Amino acid sequence: MSEQEKMDPTRRNLLIATSVAGGAAGLGAAVPFVASMIPSHRARAAGAPVEVDISRIAPGELAVIEWRGKPVWVIRRTKEMLDSLKGADARLTDPASKSSVQPKYAQNEYRSEKPELMVMEGVCTHLGCSPQLKSSDAKAEMGADWSGGFYCPCHGSKFDYAGRVFRGAPAPTNLIVPPYTIVSEGTLVIGEDKDTKGA
Amino acid sequence: MVARLWQWFDSRMPSVALEWRRHAAEYYAPKNFNFWYFFGSLAMLVLGIQIVSGIFLTMNYKPDATLAFGSVEYIMRDVPGGWLIRYVHSTGSSAFFLVVYLHMFRAMLYGSHREPRELVWIFGVLIYLTLMGEAFFGYLLPWGQMSYWGAQVIVNLFSVIPFIGPDLALWIRGDYVVSDATLNRFFALHVIALPLVLLGLVVAHLLALHDVGSNNPDGVEIKKLKGPDGHPLDGIPFHPYYTVKDLVGAVVFLAIFCFVLFFVPELGGYFLEHNNFIPADSLKTPEHIAPLWYFTPYYSILRAVPPLFNSQFPGVMAMGVATLILFFLPWLDRSPVKSIRYRGPYYKFALGSFVVVFLLLGYLGVKPTTVWGQFGFDAFFFDTREIATWVARVCTVIYFLFFLLMPWYTTIDKVKPVPERVTH
Repeated sequence: MSEQEKMDPTRRNLLIATSVAGGAAGLGAAVPFVASMIPSHRARAAGAPVEVDISRIAPGELAVIEWRGKPVWVIRRTKEMLDSLKGADARLTDPASKSSVQPKYAQNEYRSEKPELMVMEGVCTHLGCSPQLKSSDAKAEMGADWSGGFYCPCHGSKFDYAGRVFRGAPAPTNLIVPPYTIVSEGTLVIGEDKDTKGA
Repeated sequence: MVARLWQWFDSRMPSVALEWRRHAAEYYAPKNFNFWYFFGSLAMLVLGIQIVSGIFLTMNYKPDATLAFGSVEYIMRDVPGGWLIRYVHSTGSSAFFLVVYLHMFRAMLYGSHREPRELVWIFGVLIYLTLMGEAFFGYLLPWGQMSYWGAQVIVNLFSVIPFIGPDLALWIRGDYVVSDATLNRFFALHVIALPLVLLGLVVAHLLALHDVGSNNPDGVEIKKLKGPDGHPLDGIPFHPYYTVKDLVGAVVFLAIFCFVLFFVPELGGYFLEHNNFIPADSLKTPEHIAPLWYFTPYYSILRAVPPLFNSQFPGVMAMGVATLILFFLPWLDRSPVKSIRYRGPYYKFALGSFVVVFLLLGYLGVKPTTVWGQFGFDAFFFDTREIATWVARVCTVIYFLFFLLMPWYTTIDKVKPVPERVTH
């Protein structure tokens, strides 16, 4: 008992200090292991943002760009195309894109940052087929009320020029809008915006 | 000769005999164990089956996105007995969850999670959660359509966590989509990391159990009444009494196991989903993505919670809380008695409702949300085509009420007097 009373508390301080230091070193040693699980340089290079020259896309034309293995559409919409987006809300599943995926700056009536420049993933939200562009001339095939948009050949989902899906289609939500940045009048970067920079 | 050899061994490592006595030959278990007490030892048996069949599967499996699907088909067609080993492993995973669910239900029946066995229960819940992780990682390995899209959906659940979500999902996948990197790390986690954790937890579960002693169907503490020999009056040595009893259980279990294994290994798509016989394709989502049956109660809860503020996070949180709430069971239950035999009508009703709701959620989880929709019509107050979603919502609420109201209904419940000793 008397031995215990004579205990030297400074020795315990040393024990605590070395334990804390050892614990910190252990935590530090865990960092490289945890970091090894973030996407590798190769995966990041394969998933890097893509820069596109959009100066040569004519009004009404669609360009397909591959990003992360998916087809991304860039369309320079004409005034008629933009006009066709109005007044069809009742026929759309998600007219305001509430349950669809898009960056904040593309959650508006045109689903794009600049109304005329539409960027979206050309992958049907149903089973991942790639829909086709059908202009308003395709009324014979698409029905009399068709004012232009996209048609998925696999299961018949129809989308308007903003990638919004029409009711009665198997696709549950509108086409996905990836993050993008309009760098200049003629240059677009797909896969990066101010929110995802560095990710 | 053998006796001398044993003596030589025992004098150098007496802990073998010591531990054998502590955990088997002189571990006194209540003498009134019934049917429900088979599932602990059966879970150990299935763990053994999974480890052995898993080792042999890794000998031919290739954790590479371009080779994985083919290597599983190779095991099924060309490796001698490969089909058997693979089916043992896939049937084993479902069997594992089945016995674990029954084992957990036993605890709720007889109050085996109650004081002083809270730690036994906590280690048990940890085992259950680890098992879920193990099943999830393992399910990606065949690299079929369901593997791929199931993993995609589950990993995306993490991406809805506010702030850190997207980076966390990226870290789990190691790529922007589920890819070769994901497959490779899930393989590592499935075959080495989680099995080690699982084994450690099983040891902790058993040590904690053997320190406090087993509960029994009467929920009385047999250690309170000891005979002149110092052993509980109502206790019998685990070995040979219960080892022999559990052997009978194992034989019956294995007979059922082998029936499934040899006659219905896919069990109509419940043990191996049909879509998983199609190679993973990142450009084609299957029409209906459903997890395997053992996850579907939670999957139903996830789907039942509507998105709030444009975020799926509430649903994900509900699913997480639905599993984590199990940890608190020993403290939520305030009843003065442990066993269902002496509980009052409130607990019996609550537990019965919980079982019904859990099974119903499980059933709805394997079906599309439009199941029962064919009976639907546009009623004046809500669209009855969504009836399944509404049933899932009601069930989800009952699921949580079972836990959240437990302190209340177990306190006011009218209990029966508990006998001094176990009954037969």
